[in-house]
Amino acid sequence: MNEVIGFIIIAVGLVFDLFGCIGLVRMPNVYTRLQAATKCVTLGTCSILFGVLCITGFGPTGVKALVCLVFVAITSPTAAHAIARGSHKFGIHVHKDAVTDKYAEEIDDPSVVSSGSNDQEEGETL
Amino acid sequence: MVTLVYIAFGVLTLSALLCLFRIAMGPTAPARTVAIDTLGTLLVGFCAMVALQDASDFYLNVAIAWALLSFIGSIALAKFLEGKGFDE
Repeated sequence: MNEVIGFIIIAVGLVFDLFGCIGLVRMPNVYTRLQAATKCVTLGTCSILFGVLCITGFGPTGVKALVCLVFVAITSPTAAHAIARGSHKFGIHVHKDAVTDKYAEEIDDPSVVSSGSNDQEEGETL
Repeated sequence: MVTLVYIAFGVLTLSALLCLFRIAMGPTAPARTVAIDTLGTLLVGFCAMVALQDASDFYLNVAIAWALLSFIGSIALAKFLEGKGFDE
């Protein structure tokens, strides 16, 4: 019974992983890609590790899977936050249909606010 | 259940290939950085599935170390994108 529940959770995690990577390919901008990829892949990987914990129980394998789950759940959003901040400092602007850019307002960067349509990847058709 | 493990390997390999496509074709450096971070998190799940197939905990040690190194690498790439040195 634990095995069936564990494989169902692993299947849900695999679907999230696949959809996150499809979003990584299909989305038009760095920030939308970051949103799709990191959220979906973090939840998918955590689901896979939790499924391994459900199947094997609290043995050595299950406890290591639990430690790895907690570690991924803490570090992956932190890395995504750092990458978003680095991309903004690098000079990537938000998509031309975006409504607001709060970080640019906060650091008083007039070039980012005024040139909202200056997307470096606007020629991409994907 | 063994078949389901192989289906999981197939799905994870397809996801990793999509990430590699974005790393190869990404128009800017931040897009490649996002794909590298995503690939690191995917491979942790891959190591967990290999551990499930082997019924041993060795590959979960690999997964923990890989998660740590992937996090350090993503932070280093983000600092590189900001244009700062590593000691700030």
